Amino acid sequence: MKRILLADRLATATLWAVALFVVAVLVAIIAHFVLASLPTFSLAFLFSDPSDTEIGGVGPILWNSIYMLALTMLFSTPLGILGGIYMAEYAGEGRLTNVIRFSQELISSVPSIVVGLFGFALFVSATHWGFSALGGALTLMVFNLPLLLRLSEQAIRAVPADERAASLALGATKWQTIRHAVLPVAIPGIVTGIVLTAGRVFGEAAALLFTAGLATPTHYNFANLNLFDPQSPWSPLRPATTLSVFIWKSNSEGLGNYVQQVADMSAMVLVVMVLVFNLASRWLGRALQRRVSGL
Amino acid sequence: MTSPAASLATTELGLRARLDLPRRITLLAAGVIVAIVLLLLVFITWNGVQLFVASGVPVAEIFSPTWQPDAGSGPTSFGLLPFIAGTLGVMAVAAVIATPLSVGLALFMAEVAPTWARRITQPAMEVFVGIPSVVYGWLGLTLLVPYLRTNLQGLGFTLGFSWFAGSLVLALMILPTITSISYDAFLVVPRDMRAASMALGTTRWQAIRHVVLPAAATGIATAVVMGMMRAAGEALAVQMVIGNRPVMPTGLTAPMTTLTSQITLDMGNTVAGEPWNQALWTMGLVLLVISFTFVVIVRRLAGRRIAA
Repeated sequence: MKRILLADRLATATLWAVALFVVAVLVAIIAHFVLASLPTFSLAFLFSDPSDTEIGGVGPILWNSIYMLALTMLFSTPLGILGGIYMAEYAGEGRLTNVIRFSQELISSVPSIVVGLFGFALFVSATHWGFSALGGALTLMVFNLPLLLRLSEQAIRAVPADERAASLALGATKWQTIRHAVLPVAIPGIVTGIVLTAGRVFGEAAALLFTAGLATPTHYNFANLNLFDPQSPWSPLRPATTLSVFIWKSNSEGLGNYVQQVADMSAMVLVVMVLVFNLASRWLGRALQRRVSGL
Repeated sequence: MTSPAASLATTELGLRARLDLPRRITLLAAGVIVAIVLLLLVFITWNGVQLFVASGVPVAEIFSPTWQPDAGSGPTSFGLLPFIAGTLGVMAVAAVIATPLSVGLALFMAEVAPTWARRITQPAMEVFVGIPSVVYGWLGLTLLVPYLRTNLQGLGFTLGFSWFAGSLVLALMILPTITSISYDAFLVVPRDMRAASMALGTTRWQAIRHVVLPAAATGIATAVVMGMMRAAGEALAVQMVIGNRPVMPTGLTAPMTTLTSQITLDMGNTVAGEPWNQALWTMGLVLLVISFTFVVIVRRLAGRRIAA
């Protein structure tokens, strides 16, 4: 009997220890990057051009990350939401639904480097675009879309059946019901999903090595709105290294010459952005929820 | 003149079509996924078989342990076995390291943790999963590898860029994956089962060991397989710490390589159309086969869970 009680105590202690250990590792990782970057970090790092002779900054690279994120979301959000509507509202039990679900499963299992190869074959070689922000964004869409589709479907399914029944009982058509009764209630969940996937897009690197490329124009002039000028920050058809790719590139360049310092700071920026996306998705979800339920 | 009945029928048809329009548009959007999968399969398979079709390398050659892709330095051999073994090896050890920690943490969150502790572990897992893989790789490169190299010398071996370092970084990355899926598996075990066990006088640990764990076994298996799938496909983090030596893995302390690492490293240095480049696409195809195998296993497991 004593042994049994002892085993129970021991197991409880072990589980606490495991949890403590894992949380400590996470805190250590974040603390490491913050401490490693703090001595040299300044706001100028976020806005200035990279340099070979001093620490410089990641201005254009950070802009590329944000720009590509926006492009990716521009393509995948409408498709994801519309597809989610189909899967939640129209899809029955049938072969077609199964094929879509299986495709979703398959595509989320494909390693990102293979998605990168696919993007290279399709958006770099076949289109003759070369390395481009557009090609990178379309490649990112390949794994962003299934994720968004699933999250929108879940958000729409979570809307209580009463909402639909009430609308249909008033004589609304199916689409009117979806548009005016279901979607408004599902929006908080959908927005949370979008922000969460945005964090993932922001951090992705492997799929971008051979699609958006390892180079970037610098000295961006934001007044240059010519979309076909490869020097314009707004141009989709220019190579665009992102922050994540930039960190990977640092590893092949040897660790002298400020490279490590710059990569440490970039990693911190990346980790902080992920934290921001995470908090933002919670906060936005809750704020929108309050507005929707207040109406 | 059309009869009134016929005109009624046509307007009804028109109305039907109009009501059906949203359905068609949303179906089109959902169908994009299917199109992407088909395109991806076609492109990767087509490019992946060029090594055999266009360059005439016998299929059996990829199962050789010798990787000598450079025609400039002697007869070539496109053995992919070192990469396949490397991928599976680094993945297996990562799973061995991560599984006890993940399942333990999931058990903690589901069975033991008071509310305040859960309020810490839950967001911690979300942040963990959100940290980009390059950041883990960078951490491995600048912190883990130097640490292993300097601090484990007393044990009689040098451990720097190695199988072990790769597995350790991967273990960290798949930890949140395995944790969150097994946590879900624990949550669906009905409360009543625990209550019944404890009403019989068992301790919490006995209830966990003999009731909760067996009931959640399939879910845990799914979690581990999903973690392994992620580990096998991870590229940059592994490439940064594994040493990238294209030989058969010899031991945990030796440098080696994986399918993903080699693609990452060589893709930019090879020319399209040459066998070396084609072999990289073949590696991509092999990776695709490996991950689809995992999908099939996950599906099997899901089927078993429904049956049970």
